[in-house]
Amino acid sequence: MTQYKKREKIQRVFHYSLLVILTIFIIIPFLLGFWTSLLPTADISKGALWSSHISLDNYVTAITQTPIIRYLFNSLLISLLTMFAQIIFCSMSAYSFVFLKFKGRDMLFYVFLATMMLPFEAEVIPNFTTVRDLGLLNHYAVMIIPFLTSAFGTFMLRQAFLQIPAELKEAGDIEGLSHWQYYYKVVMPYSRISVYTLAAYSFLSSWNQYLWPMLTTFSDNFRPVQDGLRQLQSQETFNNWGMIQASAAIIIIPTLIALFFGQHYFKSGLNEGAIK
Amino acid sequence: METQAKNPNFNIVSKKKKSVDLSLGYNPYAKDKRYAVLFLGPSLLILAIFVFYPMLRTIYLSLFLTNNLGKPTVFIGLKNYFSLLSSSSYINSLIATLIYVIAVSIFTIAIGLILAQTATKKIAGINFFRTVFSATMGVSVSVAAIFWLFIFNPSVGLLSQLFTALNLTPINWLTEPGWAMTAVVISTVWMNLGFTFLIFFGALQSVPYTLYEAAQIEGVSKSYQFFHITLPMISPTIFFVSIITLIESFKSFGLIDLMTAGGPNNATNLLVYRIYQDAFLNGNYGLASTESVILAIIIAIFTFIQFKVLEKRVTY
Repeated sequence: MTQYKKREKIQRVFHYSLLVILTIFIIIPFLLGFWTSLLPTADISKGALWSSHISLDNYVTAITQTPIIRYLFNSLLISLLTMFAQIIFCSMSAYSFVFLKFKGRDMLFYVFLATMMLPFEAEVIPNFTTVRDLGLLNHYAVMIIPFLTSAFGTFMLRQAFLQIPAELKEAGDIEGLSHWQYYYKVVMPYSRISVYTLAAYSFLSSWNQYLWPMLTTFSDNFRPVQDGLRQLQSQETFNNWGMIQASAAIIIIPTLIALFFGQHYFKSGLNEGAIK
Repeated sequence: METQAKNPNFNIVSKKKKSVDLSLGYNPYAKDKRYAVLFLGPSLLILAIFVFYPMLRTIYLSLFLTNNLGKPTVFIGLKNYFSLLSSSSYINSLIATLIYVIAVSIFTIAIGLILAQTATKKIAGINFFRTVFSATMGVSVSVAAIFWLFIFNPSVGLLSQLFTALNLTPINWLTEPGWAMTAVVISTVWMNLGFTFLIFFGALQSVPYTLYEAAQIEGVSKSYQFFHITLPMISPTIFFVSIITLIESFKSFGLIDLMTAGGPNNATNLLVYRIYQDAFLNGNYGLASTESVILAIIIAIFTFIQFKVLEKRVTY
């Protein structure tokens, strides 16, 4: 019995060591970034990781001397609009694939699925020409309009809508609900977890866009945060590490907070998608 | 061109007129067609303009020489394809991409599994570790690039300081071909871990606990349990994650642009970065379109495999 307890104890120590090693690998870039954002750049460039002068000066510099807040605002606006548009358009197309009966429905659904095979990265050349010809370059619209809907979102919500019990539709028909009413009174509330998941997913993918905004925006007024950081890095003296790290921290803190609170929904939704 | 591309889709919806079933004296779904146009129309329009048309256009452009505005000038057939596949520089890009994709996928999945497996044990403080493990999910490319550029920095970086402290010669991470690839792979894997962890963690939770109880009664070792219960039970999820990771890695662009700009010596000039360079820096849209088509084919193959396997599981 004591031998068993001893083994248990060793196992526990081993387990905690493993957890700590893994944590170090994951957390070091965060901690190092955050820590250096508090140090004066002069000390960082000397290779020092300690300084007698720890302050929020880098944050003040980043906020007052770079357009970082403007970049954040741009990204927030673009991501929120994209998110709401995708919730509306993806849910409506998913609704058609589940509750509407019309000829060619299945074929159209396969067409949707097929678009998931086409990477946006391989289509940037004609898309660039299209938005240029439409006069959308260097504007918020250029980063929203191509992403108003997504085949992936439609597919995910379709899977969720298929789970709604058929009795609900029958009850709705007896109540005389039109498709509109059934859509927003029954289907959307019933599938809200999946809708939240799509919201988180579409927000994050819009927030993380990099290549497309880089090709289509040329001024700080519209530039989203990811490309803004690139701009700061190339424009500013590359060695102003304190300020760059402070900018990174300013950007990452909102996402980490959102993620912390949204984690539950995100987790369940992702697994639904993965298992089905 | 745009209207041509979207029309066939609308025809499918409107063709319904012919097949209205009049046996009941009225068609219960007559209204559905109108709703379908309303509900599906906007999405179809967007997909037609920004997904279908550009794909056809990319294929079309790949058969032409283009001017600096991206307009096709001279039809050259498959010449772009032949010249790419016989160019050693392009083959090098293909090989670099394959190395990158395979390395990223293997390490992402292996470390992601270890993270998920260690986080399932219910011990004190485990929630803290779970939160940390999923944290990189909130990291975007540009932030990840800044974090890792600092760590890999030759003069002030943590790694150089560590090497110097240990009396080793510091590595020039981003300026030596092999090490640059290593650096980019490490950063990508780190960025992928949050997502991968969350998915594997969820999958592990869904393995019936009774299986482990039975194994414990039989006195089966922990590692045997892992390889003979856990892995087979979550193999569909492992497959799902591998395909997603493969596809995403083929599309990598941001980290490359920020960390190495394809260098040194084209060692990290991956497929998407090359498309960007050829089209938007060199103005060679025809050649870049050809590269896009090749990329799309590669990704389509992987996505197709994924669908096939997912489909099998749905019916199963």
